[in-house]
Amino acid sequence: MFYRENGQFKIAYRADQQIFPIAQDRWAVLALIAFAFLAVPFLADGYLFRAILIPFVILSLAAIGVNILVGYCGQISLGSGAFMAVGAYMAYNVFVRIDGVPLILALLAGGFFAMLVGIVFGVPSLRVKGLYLAVATLAAQFFCDWAFSRINWFTNNSSSGSVAVSNLSFLGWQIDTPVEKYLFCLTFTAVFALLAKNLVRGAIGREWMAIRDMDVAAAVIGIRPMYAKLSAFAVSSFIIGVAGALWAFVHLGSWEPAAFSIDRSFQLLFMVIIGGMGSIMGSFFGAAFIVVLPIFLNQALPWVGSLVGATVSTAMISHAEYMIFGGLIVWFLIAEPHGLAKLWSIGKQKMRLWPFPH
Amino acid sequence: MKFRQISVRVALAAVALTGVLSTSVAIAQDKVQFFPSLTGRTGPVAPNATQFANGYADYMKLVNARGGINGVMTLVEECETAYATDRGVECYERLKGRHGGATVFQPLSTGITFALTEKIPADKIPMITSGYGRSDSADGDIFKWNFPLIGHYWVAGDTVLQHIANKEGGWDKMKGKKIAVGYHDSPFGKELLPIMEERAKKHGFQLQLLPIPAPGVEQKAIWLQVRQQRPDYVVLQTWGVMTPTAIREAIAVGYPREKMFGTWWSGAEPDLKDVGAAAKGYSAVMMQHGAEPQSDVVKQILSMVYDKNQGVGPRNEVGQVLYMRGVVGAMLAVEGARTAQVKFAKGKPVTSEQARWGYENLNLTQADLDALGFKGVMRPVATTCSDHMGSAWARVHTWDGAKFVWASDWLQADKGLINPMVKASAEKYAAEKKMSRRTKEDCQP
Repeated sequence: MFYRENGQFKIAYRADQQIFPIAQDRWAVLALIAFAFLAVPFLADGYLFRAILIPFVILSLAAIGVNILVGYCGQISLGSGAFMAVGAYMAYNVFVRIDGVPLILALLAGGFFAMLVGIVFGVPSLRVKGLYLAVATLAAQFFCDWAFSRINWFTNNSSSGSVAVSNLSFLGWQIDTPVEKYLFCLTFTAVFALLAKNLVRGAIGREWMAIRDMDVAAAVIGIRPMYAKLSAFAVSSFIIGVAGALWAFVHLGSWEPAAFSIDRSFQLLFMVIIGGMGSIMGSFFGAAFIVVLPIFLNQALPWVGSLVGATVSTAMISHAEYMIFGGLIVWFLIAEPHGLAKLWSIGKQKMRLWPFPH
Repeated sequence: MKFRQISVRVALAAVALTGVLSTSVAIAQDKVQFFPSLTGRTGPVAPNATQFANGYADYMKLVNARGGINGVMTLVEECETAYATDRGVECYERLKGRHGGATVFQPLSTGITFALTEKIPADKIPMITSGYGRSDSADGDIFKWNFPLIGHYWVAGDTVLQHIANKEGGWDKMKGKKIAVGYHDSPFGKELLPIMEERAKKHGFQLQLLPIPAPGVEQKAIWLQVRQQRPDYVVLQTWGVMTPTAIREAIAVGYPREKMFGTWWSGAEPDLKDVGAAAKGYSAVMMQHGAEPQSDVVKQILSMVYDKNQGVGPRNEVGQVLYMRGVVGAMLAVEGARTAQVKFAKGKPVTSEQARWGYENLNLTQADLDALGFKGVMRPVATTCSDHMGSAWARVHTWDGAKFVWASDWLQADKGLINPMVKASAEKYAAEKKMSRRTKEDCQP
C-alpha cells in the first residue's frame, strides 16, 4: 500500500539514475541516517555506545570494504585482518611521527598504505582464483602479523609491542565522549557507504561484477581483468584500512597485532557471507549479526536461566553462546543462502503487494 | 516458507526478550561493595584462569561470612572474556556501572590491561594488575589508576635471574652463559624482555629469544632450536596451554627440567599435573604466595564456604597456586576498600575514587596479614603515591613430581636496577600522551 512506485514519473535520465530511484527508499534511507545521527545520541547510553554501537559502525565499514572485493568482484580474501592492521599501524606512525598532523589525514593515510599493500597482495589474483586465491591472501595475514610484531619501527620501539594513542581531536573538536566517538565513526561509515554504493552502480562496479560472474566472458567484451581486479583490491583495502585505523584509534585506544589476527579476517568474511554478498546493506546486517548477537546471547542466557530458576555458570554461558551462535549461522545459511540482504529484498517485494497479495 | 515463518517468530521473540532484559537487571541492592570479575573460564587459558576466578569469588564469600568489610557485604559478578581483548573491553563497559559502581577491576590479561589503561582515568576506576599488565605502571606519579600490587614482570624476571645466579654461585659466574627465553609472542611475553636484556648487558650473559605464537600448542620448531643451541638455562614466560606444551616438548628433546624456570604465570598445578613425575625438577618464581593448602585462610575458606556448599570450584583445588592468586587478588582488593573506609566513611560502601586512595595508601603489616589468615603466605605490602607496587618479594618453588616445594629463600628484586627502568618507561609513555607527573597536591595521604 505504502511501498509502491506508481505515479512517480521520471522526466530526466538523472532522476532515473539516482542512487534510490524510488521515493520511499530515498526517504527511508534519509530518515535512517537522520535517526542514526540525531536520535541515537539521545537514546543510547554509554554502554551501548562503547560496547555495541561503535564496534558495529566500524566493522560495518570494514564489511563494506570486504564486500566490494568478495561480494562484487568475486575475489575471496582472507587477508582483511591484515589490511585493517596496516591501516591501524600506518595511521599510528603518521600520527606520532609527523608533528601536528590532523587526525583525519592520519586515518586516511592509514587507508592509503593499506591500499598499497592490498594492491601488492592482490597481484596473485591475476593468476589464481577461488580457494587458491584465498590461500594466497592468507599470506598477507601472516606477513602482517609477523611484520607488526617483529619490526620495531612500526610500533615506535615500544618494548611490549603494544601501541596507544589518545587526545584525538578534529578541527579543535575533542573526540573523547562515547557520543562524539560514535558520531565521528558514523560520519566515516555513512560517507564511505554512500561512495561505495555509487561506485558499485557505476562503470567500475559493473566491471567488477562482470569479472565476478565470468572473467573470461568479461575479458572478451573488453574489460581488462588486471585493472578490474586490482582496482577492486585497492578500493576494498582502502576502506578496510580506514576501518582498521578507526578500530584502533577510536574503539581500542591501545592495541597489539592480536587485535587484527586471522580471526578478524574470518569474522569479516562471515559478515559478508551472512549479510549478503554483493550488497552494501548486507554489510550492515552481517556486522550486526556478528557483533551484536554474541553479546546479546551472553547477556540473555543468565536471564533465561533465572526464569527457570537455574543459575548458569559463567563458563556455561560462554559455551552456550558459541553453540547457539554456530547453530544460528547454519540455520540462516540454510534458510537464506543469499544472506540477510536477500531476506530484506524479499521483504521489500512483499511490501509492494501488501496488503493485497494475489 | 516455513523457515521464514520461524525466522519472523524468532526475531519477534528476540525483540521482546531485549525489552524485558533491560528492565530486569536493575536489582536494587544498597550497601554492597561491588567487585567485578573478568574471567577466562573458556578459551586458551581456561585451565589456569578458572582457578583464579574461583579463588577470587570464594574469598569474597569468606569476607561476607566474616561479616563483610566493616559490615558492608561484597558482591561479585563475573563476565567471561576468554582472554580476548575486545570481549574484555565489552565486559568492562558492561560491569563498570552495575550495583552502585565497580570498585576495582582485575582483568587477568595483559592485552585487556593495555586497553583499559586508556579508559580507567576517564571513568575514575582503579585497576589492580598483580604480576601482569604494564610494568611501568608501578610509577604511580604517571599511572594514577593502575596498581601492579606485589610485583610485575620485571620483578619476576629479576628474581628468577637472581635465583639462577645463586645456583651458579654469584653474578660473576654468569658471564658467557647462554639463557634462552621462551615467551608468549604478545605484549604479555615481550614485557619480560627489557629486564632480561638489562641484566644480560650488565653481567655479560647471552640471551636467546624464542617467541612462541599464541595459543602455543605447536612448539616443535622452537624446541629443536633449543636442542641445537643447548642453552645453559631456559626461562619460560608462558600462560595457559602453552606451558604444559613447552614442558612436554622439553622432555621430548631431552632438555633437563632442572634447568627450566618459569615466571609467575608459568608454574602452577594445571601446567604440570598431567605431565606428572616427568616434569620433576621444573621450577618457577612466585611473587609472595605459592601453593598454600596449609594456610589459615584456606582452612577458613574450606570451613566457612565449602562446608556450607557455597564453594565455586572443586574442593581439591582450594589452596593451589592459581587459586591462591585469586585469593590474594581478592584480599588486596578488599583491604584497599577497607583502608578507604577508615578515611572516608566507616561501614559504608566506598566509591571507586575513594577505593583508589585506599590502594595508594595500603599498609598491610605482617600482623594484619597474619590476622587475615595469610601467615607464611605473604610479606608486608605498603604502597605510596609514587610506588604503586608495594613489595618486590619472591620465592622459587620446584615441582617434585606431584606438588610444589619451596626451593629458595625470600628474594627481593633489585630496586636500584628496576626503578630507573620503570621511571624511564613511564616517562616515555607520559611524553607520548603529553601528560605530566602528578603534583604534590594530587597526592594527599
